[in-house]
Amino acid sequence: MLTAARAAALSGPEWLRERRARAAEELAVMPRPSEKEEVWRYTPIDELELDDFEPLPGGAREDLGALGSEFVNGVVSDLRAYAAFATVVDGSPVAVDRTGLPASVRVGGLEGDPLLGQVLDGGDALVRANDAFLPDAVVVDVPAGVTLDAPVVIVHWCSAGCTASTASFPRTVVRLGRGSSAQVVEVVAGAPGAGRGLVVPVTELSAGDGSQLSYAALQVLGTEVWHIARVAAAAGRDATLRTFSVGLGGAYDRSRTDALAEGPGSTTELRSAYLGTGSQVHDIRTLQDHAAAHTTSDLLCKGAVAGTSRSVYSGLIRVRRGAVRTNAFQTNHNLVLEEGAHADSVPNLDIEENDVRCSHASTVGPVDEDQRYYLESRGIPPARAERLIVLGFFDDIVQRCPVPALVPRLRHEVEQRLVSALELRPGAHEAAGQEAEDDG
Amino acid sequence: MSHLEVQGLHASVGAREVVRGVDLHVASGEVHVVMGPNGSGKSTLAHALMGRPGTIVTEGSIRIDGTELVGLPSWRRARAGLFLALQQPIEVPGVLLEATMEEALAGNASPGNASPGNASPGNASPGNASPGNASPGNASPGNGAVAERLVEEAAAIGFDERFLRRPLNVDLSGGERKRNEVVQLCVIRPKFAVLDEIDSGLDVDAVRAVSRRIERATSEWGLGVVAVTHFHRLLRELRADKVHVLVGGRIVSSGGPELAEELERTGYGLYGASDADGIGTAGT
Ligand SMILES: Nc1ncnc2c1ncn2[C@@H]1O[C@H](COP(=O)(O)OP(=O)(O)OP(=O)(O)O)[C@@H](O)[C@H]1O
Ligand SMILES: [Mg+2]
Repeated sequence: MLTAARAAALSGPEWLRERRARAAEELAVMPRPSEKEEVWRYTPIDELELDDFEPLPGGAREDLGALGSEFVNGVVSDLRAYAAFATVVDGSPVAVDRTGLPASVRVGGLEGDPLLGQVLDGGDALVRANDAFLPDAVVVDVPAGVTLDAPVVIVHWCSAGCTASTASFPRTVVRLGRGSSAQVVEVVAGAPGAGRGLVVPVTELSAGDGSQLSYAALQVLGTEVWHIARVAAAAGRDATLRTFSVGLGGAYDRSRTDALAEGPGSTTELRSAYLGTGSQVHDIRTLQDHAAAHTTSDLLCKGAVAGTSRSVYSGLIRVRRGAVRTNAFQTNHNLVLEEGAHADSVPNLDIEENDVRCSHASTVGPVDEDQRYYLESRGIPPARAERLIVLGFFDDIVQRCPVPALVPRLRHEVEQRLVSALELRPGAHEAAGQEAEDDG
Repeated sequence: MSHLEVQGLHASVGAREVVRGVDLHVASGEVHVVMGPNGSGKSTLAHALMGRPGTIVTEGSIRIDGTELVGLPSWRRARAGLFLALQQPIEVPGVLLEATMEEALAGNASPGNASPGNASPGNASPGNASPGNASPGNASPGNGAVAERLVEEAAAIGFDERFLRRPLNVDLSGGERKRNEVVQLCVIRPKFAVLDEIDSGLDVDAVRAVSRRIERATSEWGLGVVAVTHFHRLLRELRADKVHVLVGGRIVSSGGPELAEELERTGYGLYGASDADGIGTAGT
């Protein structure tokens, strides 16, 4: 149960216990999310009995091996030259390898300082639940003027769902000081066979003046787990903040990224990708929020739905008064690979200034006929042509991952999931048969 | 010796019949040029040959060495030995040229593709299996082979090698896209190639380089060519054997290269076509 008593049972320093208690009190009287609200439209959120979940104490599981997956092992081995590596279990860092890290950089659990809530204060019931039940957090604090050449890797093992109706509340805070530069990767993984569980990660990213922050979040949870993630990011004067999220696992996978261009001259770049198979629901929400002059934001979200999966992309460009000379771009492309699948795209603009340049474009539909014809005219059979096009569609976004070391593994993972999804389709074997016939 | 035989071909786009009875016979190594006013049905003819969905053949036949192509999907026509260089090559984001060519050659055992790797001198590096010569059952010709052929074919027409690593036609200029089509043509080595305005968008040097490459292909592996163009220049560079004038979806005149010179002087007015309407006036 997500009760104040459960929150009070979690250990930690006094300030954290007080903070949790306040959040739990607020949570108790807050409205639960509802599909009637625009931010939850097109989602199955009404099915969520939030209060029935049991919050997991962090760090409790020792059988990490059982949660392991080929993908995570692969990511870890590709990023072998990391600056730091944090292993987190249900929100508690259990091991931090900081071999490649300068002494001035902090990567670890919460200490005495009030870093929480600096970028995201308040929020809906899910953010509040995270505030109330986070066992600890991962803090990445890079002081001014430090450049990390290799990424900081955080692997969140979430055992939510391993026992029915359990929930994990991972929390991450990344803070870059003036002129510093870093790449941070978060992998959210769990047991592949886990049942109905809930994972509610909240990540706060703060890029100080003139800093460069690249952030990538990869979600590969089991197919029964609900994943409702929030990234809140703020870029200071002349800072560049890049976020990248990939949603592959989960029954319901929501990834909301709010990027605030807070300082003049700042740039935010948001990239999201999803692949829906089976009966998954992927839900991508973005906010490009311009609060200062001469700021730029650029969003690209691409994804595909197969089987009977659904997706929704909903994005808002907000230009506040005073944010003159804003450039904001928003592009969303959705491939619908099967008749039973469905995608919604909802771009929105809220502009309070005149001197701005904003654009949005979105597409929803099957594989482009002309592209297919073009490849087929080179002698490529339909199933293979489609596979090339769909993989290319993903490659186009995967390549833009701001942590380049992740690209090959991601590409491989997407390809594997896609190929098995496409092979499940009715008619796929017919097409394969045709090819074989021709080959023989 | 291979033959492409088009007989009594009629094709419609939507409710409209655009190709209205075309006969064409091209043998290996021959170069046929098709000229005609805008909108006269040249591209539609090309798509009808290649089997573009939406371009419906209502009558007639298209054969390569006796194999009927009408009714076959595009990829099977390609494997029967036909290639189309599009007037407007399509962008395919994220799909690399090399991957496309590997797929195109994988399991493609049509005789047109099975010609020996390369006869050109200076390319006899040891241990280099003949490229692209994928035997049936050998799904992929191996990474090296296709990459090498691409580099070689790009060099032959002065196509910048770095474009080979781009997704298909993405961020390429009009002329670069046309060269890209020629590179693909020469990697695939079909029996017959339909070139739809391969010269439009190319600078003068590129027209020469591309023409020479194609002309060489006619002897190298006996490529038969149907080249759609508006310009006399291409016809000279390709050393065309025959010229056909397409007006209103029909071939209204055929002859040697001298026919093109005549057209240069007289225009298509002679054939009942006005500048404004390639199809409306003729044939009604
Ligand atoms: N998809 C289509 N739907 C409807 N009409 C079409 C379509 N494609 C072509 N047409 C019409 O068919 C006629 C022939 O077009 P086509 O593209 O074959 O001409 P063309 O001879 O290649 O012209 P150009 O020299 O300008 O390339 C034109 O009148 C054109 O408008
Ligand atoms: Mg044309």
